[in-house]
Amino acid sequence: MRLLKLVPDHTNVDFMRWRNVAVVVSTLMTILSLAYTAYRGLNMGVDFVGGQMIRVSFAQPINVEQLRSRVDGLQLGESSIQEFGGPKTYQIRLPKASGGDAAANVAATRVKTMVTSSYPGARIDSVESVSGKVSEELAQNGAMAIIFAMLGIAIYIWMRFEWQFGIGALITLAHDIAMTLGFFAFTRLQVDLNVVAAFLTVVGYSLNDTVVIYDRIRENLRKYRKMAILPLLNLSLNETLARTVVTSLTVLIALAVLMAIGPEVIFGLSLAIFLGVVVGTYSSIYVSTPVLVWLGVTPDSFVKTETADGAAPQNG
Amino acid sequence: MLDFPRWKVLSIWGLVLLGILFSIPSLIPPSSRHLWPSFLPHSTISLGLDLAGGSHLLLEADLQDLTKQRLQTMEDTVSSEMGRGEPRIGISDVSTSGGRVSFLVTDPTQVDAAVERMRAVTQGVGLTGTRDWDVGVVDLNRIVLTPTKSGTDQSLKNAMSVARDVVRRRIDPGGTKEITVITEGNDRILVQVPGVENPEELKRLIGQTARLEFKLVDLSADPAQVQQGHAPAGSQVLPMAEGGSFIALKRRVIVSGDQLENARQGFDQDGRPVVEIKFDADGARRFGRVTQENVNKPFAIILDDKVLSAPNINEPILGGSAQISGGFTVESANELAISLASGKLPVKLNVIEERSVGPDLGADSIHKGVVASLIGIAGVILFMLVTYGRFGVYANIALIVNGFLILGIMAIFNATLTLPGIAGFVLTIGAAVDANVLINERIREEHRRGRKVVDAVDTGYQEAMRAIYDANVTHVISAALMAYFGSGPVRGFAVVLLIGVVTSVFTAVFFTRMLVAQWLRHKRPKTLPI
Repeated sequence: MRLLKLVPDHTNVDFMRWRNVAVVVSTLMTILSLAYTAYRGLNMGVDFVGGQMIRVSFAQPINVEQLRSRVDGLQLGESSIQEFGGPKTYQIRLPKASGGDAAANVAATRVKTMVTSSYPGARIDSVESVSGKVSEELAQNGAMAIIFAMLGIAIYIWMRFEWQFGIGALITLAHDIAMTLGFFAFTRLQVDLNVVAAFLTVVGYSLNDTVVIYDRIRENLRKYRKMAILPLLNLSLNETLARTVVTSLTVLIALAVLMAIGPEVIFGLSLAIFLGVVVGTYSSIYVSTPVLVWLGVTPDSFVKTETADGAAPQNG
Repeated sequence: MLDFPRWKVLSIWGLVLLGILFSIPSLIPPSSRHLWPSFLPHSTISLGLDLAGGSHLLLEADLQDLTKQRLQTMEDTVSSEMGRGEPRIGISDVSTSGGRVSFLVTDPTQVDAAVERMRAVTQGVGLTGTRDWDVGVVDLNRIVLTPTKSGTDQSLKNAMSVARDVVRRRIDPGGTKEITVITEGNDRILVQVPGVENPEELKRLIGQTARLEFKLVDLSADPAQVQQGHAPAGSQVLPMAEGGSFIALKRRVIVSGDQLENARQGFDQDGRPVVEIKFDADGARRFGRVTQENVNKPFAIILDDKVLSAPNINEPILGGSAQISGGFTVESANELAISLASGKLPVKLNVIEERSVGPDLGADSIHKGVVASLIGIAGVILFMLVTYGRFGVYANIALIVNGFLILGIMAIFNATLTLPGIAGFVLTIGAAVDANVLINERIREEHRRGRKVVDAVDTGYQEAMRAIYDANVTHVISAALMAYFGSGPVRGFAVVLLIGVVTSVFTAVFFTRMLVAQWLRHKRPKTLPI
């Protein structure tokens, strides 16, 4: 059987030739992404801003405008209604009720009563109600988790490799997170707790790719002491390219299936990870690697530490 | 590379078989689980509320309510202490304003005695014996009682522990459901109830403090004044439960819910739903005496500071049983009966977070999740097969074993599978092959460089190890943080990811290596099909 080789055996792409272009593009995209996020804001779900969300499945497709006017008729503040998954399922979002928790309960009950009485056969799928206090805590915990994950991973890489690699990893992560944020700001997809999980996965995955490439760079730095840094980076990238492509593809296959036929509630989560994998693959080649040139990694970066340590432990 | 010691082969297969064995009970539909031999492991993965359907409620103690109650109790204590002891100490102007209880001692010479008495009843909470109230004197004869921090903390702690039990009894009077009621932090209780059709009912049950009191109606009060909210001394004004009007009541409590022995839903002579209550011996005696003394006068039944009804006492009620009427439906009477029988909540609880999922949606999610997982696995398997041939087969066997191991380990720990957990599972499937991809690519590379078959495989495994190790630690770090900071479903995702990382490294590295070694030893191939 002839095996499929997406990356031919003697591939030799001059990745670093485009590194200046890549740096400009990546920087621009990051700034654009962050600026857009700051300008448009994220479509925060009830998990982070409080309020209520009610998901309803109707027996037949319904007239959304009619549903909207019926919900507005209850005068519960600025509600929003979105199709969710299919033409028969909708998500009704209510803002935080002004009268505290008791008022929030009343609001949800009124919507539910209205729905079940106006639309025979309608089914209340889920109700989520989060108070302002809890939503603040959730947002804070989410942000903390992402920041600590970034720092933790950067520190780990700094310890296992060299400080330049730690910084490279941190910059790569910041880039990936910025892109994902921009994507969410642009698509108006709802940012809920699941998306935080997605961000953390992106953090883990993006670094996974970067680490494999860094690992090869370190190996080659030891092996070819005389080689100039740019050809060495190119060599390392080419040697790991097949792995990068195959792994990214398997993950993308699995995620694509999940997005296409999986439960609707985790569509956002899957999409964010899918996007993160694509961005992460790009950034591990075009962000994390050029940064090393810029931070002045040379073959000596590792030799020095090994002589300083005396009997250098052989890694791996 | 070629010689794999027998003990290693056995222990690897042993672990794999154990994993499969532990995963099976979770894969059998609950209806046919009884067919599974009982001597084999039978712990299963539990389904999160987003998959099983059910309600998750986070309740928070109303600290203002608790403070108010403590002040009121202290106010009562002051009156009874000063009035009961010998000699009686005359007091006036008792007030609970400003979060403190204060009163005037009428006779200045008795101030010291009053302070002594108050000190005696405010002594000691917990082992340290710290005061729960500070007793002080201002303006010569005004005694001020200020709650201390330790006293407040202790009372909150006590209240939470009682509240937890009360909540449990209310939701699950028979003790048969798989509910979770745990305290979180200082002032919160997390309640998780699977398979709830109507979360509103649940919230009403929990939301009721169920402080039941019987008091006499103050007939001397001027009705116009009462509607304005003013009551004569020794009386108070409370609203009627149906809303609208107010009623004046004597402050003194005849009998309270604490003296109940039982409560259940029943019907009165006209077939209207009522709550039938039975007092304990002490309650029955007091209720009997007061009703005897007040025949033809109305008394009020008060629930959580709202008057349910104020019937006339037609004859003394001596048997210790009574009926509470108040325009109930069968359901609301039943709810009140459960609330009363389970005891009163020591503090009002507010729902600050609710997540309820209907059982249909949960079942739908599981179905879609399982189908997506299976198709995802099939896709990855096919892709690995066309990319790596024989080595792809090994990677695929490892992938499937990995799936079983994840389920098995989750079952052992009785971990909860959530909707994001399914995403974690699918993601792990994609990422699990990564270690094999790293190894296989490395073998290809070493083979291309001219190494012999066995040598290439051996070097491939060895050289890839470092990258596999480093790359997976990053996943572990992010998953561990997710598990630590995340709540509910996110934690479920992190747990699956964490387990998946460990099992995928095990299967990809040790398990496939063993398979490859056995093949190399038996076939001694001259070329490498990779």
